[in-house]
Amino acid sequence: MQTLCAVLVGIMAAASIYLMLERNLIRFIFGLVLAGNAVNLLLFTVGRLASQRPPLIPEQAAQLPAPFANALPQALILTAIVIGFALLSFVFVLFYRAYQALGTVDTELMQVAESDADQHSPQTQPMDGGPV
Amino acid sequence: MSELLILPIILPMAAGAVAVFVRKNPGQSHMLALAGAGLHTVAAGLLLHQVHLSGIFATQIGNWPAPFGITLVADRLSAVMVMLTAVINLAVTAYSRTDIGVELVRRGHYCLLQILVAGICGAFLTGDMFNLYVWFEVMLMASFGLLVLGQSRSQLDGGVKYVIINLVATLLFITGIGLLYGLTGTLNMADLSEKIPLIADRGMKTALASLFLAAFGIKAALFPLFFWLPAAYHTPPVSVSAIFSGLLTKVGIYALIRLFTLVFAGDLAWMIYLLPVLAALTMITGVLGAAAQNEFRRILSFHIISQVGYMVLGLSLQTRLALAGTIFYLVHHIIVKANLFLISGVIKQLQGSFELAQLGGIYRNNGWIAALFFIPAFSLAGFPPLSGFWAKMILIRASLDVHQYWLAFVAAVVGLLTVYSMTKIWAEVFWKPSPRENVAADPLPVGHPTAWMLAPVAALTTLTIVIGLGAEVVFQFAIQAAEELIHPAQYIQAVLGDRL
Repeated sequence: MQTLCAVLVGIMAAASIYLMLERNLIRFIFGLVLAGNAVNLLLFTVGRLASQRPPLIPEQAAQLPAPFANALPQALILTAIVIGFALLSFVFVLFYRAYQALGTVDTELMQVAESDADQHSPQTQPMDGGPV
Repeated sequence: MSELLILPIILPMAAGAVAVFVRKNPGQSHMLALAGAGLHTVAAGLLLHQVHLSGIFATQIGNWPAPFGITLVADRLSAVMVMLTAVINLAVTAYSRTDIGVELVRRGHYCLLQILVAGICGAFLTGDMFNLYVWFEVMLMASFGLLVLGQSRSQLDGGVKYVIINLVATLLFITGIGLLYGLTGTLNMADLSEKIPLIADRGMKTALASLFLAAFGIKAALFPLFFWLPAAYHTPPVSVSAIFSGLLTKVGIYALIRLFTLVFAGDLAWMIYLLPVLAALTMITGVLGAAAQNEFRRILSFHIISQVGYMVLGLSLQTRLALAGTIFYLVHHIIVKANLFLISGVIKQLQGSFELAQLGGIYRNNGWIAALFFIPAFSLAGFPPLSGFWAKMILIRASLDVHQYWLAFVAAVVGLLTVYSMTKIWAEVFWKPSPRENVAADPLPVGHPTAWMLAPVAALTTLTIVIGLGAEVVFQFAIQAAEELIHPAQYIQAVLGDRL
């Protein structure tokens, strides 16, 4: 089972890197989702997949009997999923706004920030009412 | 004592939360942020004082004993980084009164700024790898927001690149954490420092160190992972650029220092050979990139990269003097670099542009602003007796001590090329007659820098001079901090207690 998971993580990571190398931002997002899941699966596998039994200590024993899954990586995954979800929602909105403003999802055509022309949005009025 | 470790994180968090409610009122928002930044500076000062008096101390969150719970720990390096964060935050918050428009405040500029500061301080104070990841994320989310809050075309463009590369770094980081836990069964840095030498699998350790090096290298803008920085740092408002340039890459440097002096201290393997080369290439590409630029803030952005090279140079040598040099450099660089960005904003206010070709005549018309630029710029370039001179001298001396003559040579040449860039700005912006003087009738779309802008610039400039003149005090502090890094036993004992 662990070997299977390891191979699966490898395949997912490879596919996600392939997608993230694309210039198209949409493909990049798919790559990002896949990579996030690959990493979560990796964390899950690291905590052992040895047992389906609940992690309960029997009445006479002082600790868990041998094949048990480590609960900590699962807690880490939960945190990572929550953070990953927040990042992903932000990325979706950001890319959508970038598409609206720049008219493209091809990163190669996004050259506004590094072009020589002085591209600065008109600033809004400063708080103390002075000239900009 | 443990409150001192929590306050620098809690205070900006709380200020950020309150800022959400008053964001519709820009004046109140600014006052709140300023009060928060002031309190934060006091808290950071107390922390630094305490650490300097009584050495490293730690606290376990929720009383879960280390290595099981989350540890917050402050040694001299952490404490001084928190102090610098607070100082820059205070300066930038004051400056933002003029710099940040009403619309940006309504969109939550000050909430994000406070959360950013909380994330940075959390990253400096944590003693746990996963907790470090969480603080990195807090910091990243806030910085994403601050970067694109204005929603201009260039900000969205720069933001996309910044976000993409940082997400990749995050994934590398969390992968490293997963494997590290699988290998050692712990994520507490002090505990890792003891457990990693016991692991026999050298290949796995090298792979892990490489994963972390790549993740933190992206954050720190190391060669060849720095391309996001000059693409993004010049797009947000000046005060945001200033806090980014002063602090964000330095969190990456700090993480690298912790990684290679604590976590992987006993097992550096081939990193010993790789790090000096990376440092040299970072210095050279950064300074050459800057030479090719003609926009004020883009020149400064490229110089961040070359300066990061100096700091990694000190780390790569792994001697006490070299680490002291890195710490001195951090102190010097954060203040000077943030200040230079703020000054670029003052000049924009005066003449309405960041392009060198459209600027000129500041020396003739506003001589004292020229003086405010002159001091940090030539401190950056390493002129005695300013702070940058001492920082560079310590690092070059440290390279000579371990017979790395080529590194000393590279550091000296890059220093000279920095002078070239600063001279270029000086000649174009300050000496050259203003291109507008020929067209006398041209109504200038410009204003005068307010006291809110000039006070922080003057304060940071004074601080640069004080560090330069009082270099001995800072150096002694840096040596003590480096001593703690070279011999992590004290740190480990502070975290894990007296169980040895």
